[in-house]
Amino acid sequence: MSTLFFIFIGALLVNNFVLVRFLGICPFLGVSKQLETAVGMGMAVTFVMTLAGVVTWALQHYVLNAFGLAFLQTVLFILVIAALVQFVELFLKKMVPVLYRALGIFLPLITTNCAILGIALLIAQREHDLIQTVVFCVGAGLGFTLALVIMAGIREEMQFAPIPKSLQGAGIALITAGLMSIAFSGFAGLVPM
Amino acid sequence: MDVSWLSMISMGLVGAFFALVLAYASRVFAVETDPRAAAIEEILPGANCGACGFTGCSGFAEGVTAGKAEISGCPVGGADVANAIAEIMGIAAPTDVKRKVAQLLCAGDCEQAKNRAEYNGVADCRAALLVGGGPKMCTYGCLGFGTCAIACPFDAISMNEHDLPVVDEEACTGCGICVEACPRDLFQLVEEQQGVHIRCRSFARGKEVRQACDVGCIGCRRCARECPEEAIEMVDNLAVIDYEKCTNCGACVAVCPTNTIHWQKEKPEVKKLVAVS
Repeated sequence: MSTLFFIFIGALLVNNFVLVRFLGICPFLGVSKQLETAVGMGMAVTFVMTLAGVVTWALQHYVLNAFGLAFLQTVLFILVIAALVQFVELFLKKMVPVLYRALGIFLPLITTNCAILGIALLIAQREHDLIQTVVFCVGAGLGFTLALVIMAGIREEMQFAPIPKSLQGAGIALITAGLMSIAFSGFAGLVPM
Repeated sequence: MDVSWLSMISMGLVGAFFALVLAYASRVFAVETDPRAAAIEEILPGANCGACGFTGCSGFAEGVTAGKAEISGCPVGGADVANAIAEIMGIAAPTDVKRKVAQLLCAGDCEQAKNRAEYNGVADCRAALLVGGGPKMCTYGCLGFGTCAIACPFDAISMNEHDLPVVDEEACTGCGICVEACPRDLFQLVEEQQGVHIRCRSFARGKEVRQACDVGCIGCRRCARECPEEAIEMVDNLAVIDYEKCTNCGACVAVCPTNTIHWQKEKPEVKKLVAVS
């Protein structure tokens, strides 16, 4: 049980995908202008991450390793991710059209979100069983959501801040992201890895 | 079994599996979309310039079907597209859609407008403007670094040999992106038929204008007095033309001492109905 907890906290905070591993920076900057869409994006990514993690874990163990096809890893994982993102897109378009419109181009771009391929490849490296994989994926997804939500909260407040003209827009967003990343480095060593 | 066969079969099976899942999902989660929106998107120019105020052409098409956008809302497509959209929507076409093109409100190229400093920075008008208001002596005129020409998504603006932008009126779609891009606000969208333009935007007094530029408006008022339609009005030492009244007669062009007023003679005279007050 404690192993699961360590895996979860490790993925959520210590090795936060956005702020420590620097994966998935594009949606982190692109969809963090509003709290609501940030939560939606975080949930979509968490969902895709978990599904992709589990599917790629199974494929890694029962297809790639079993038949000695390790060289197919990247292309197979991309296939899985692309299919899952398509599925999420169809789902959101029908069920939550508001969120679908708010996410816009960033929804299909989850396909190329390196955090998703990153988690699939990390899982392939690690010796996790299925439960541990699910916990790892959910932790990583929630960590992504956490970073996005914090960023969105700060950026919503920043709308009213007198920012120097040369720093407005992407400049101040990147500085904020850097400071957040420094803050998250304080979690290093929180759990035994 | 051979590795290549194995990999082909496994990839094929996984791909086929996901294809089936997605095919099923697309059936289950099918969303009914207005077929008119797709038809409208077909006939739109597809430049996704955003001049209509919507996010791209598909946004505009949905806006039209939802009743949020005018059928003549696409400035790029003009009358042709408006008529086609009217046909799709099954309503009468608007008759008063006139094509607009961008007109430059400055004639001071590098020969005529004098420099007060040498600028060696980034070749961009917005950058040059940050350095003490730009190298030109005239603080209203064209800086000549071609930010508008780069911004134009339709390649309708080119820089001539004297660093002044030239609008290709055939290619111009009136999208207004150059109006936004020019840091000195020197572009104006004008109905295509208008052929007389006062190419100066300097509100400076006549003496200052004379020092800075050979073709600037010095505020002499001769054009305003000459105009039979009373279409020219003086605003702070600058003659401003009212295109609602101008008939392309060219009377003002002859009297302008600085040749600030340009006449596109190929454009015919237009008759205007002006309400008598």
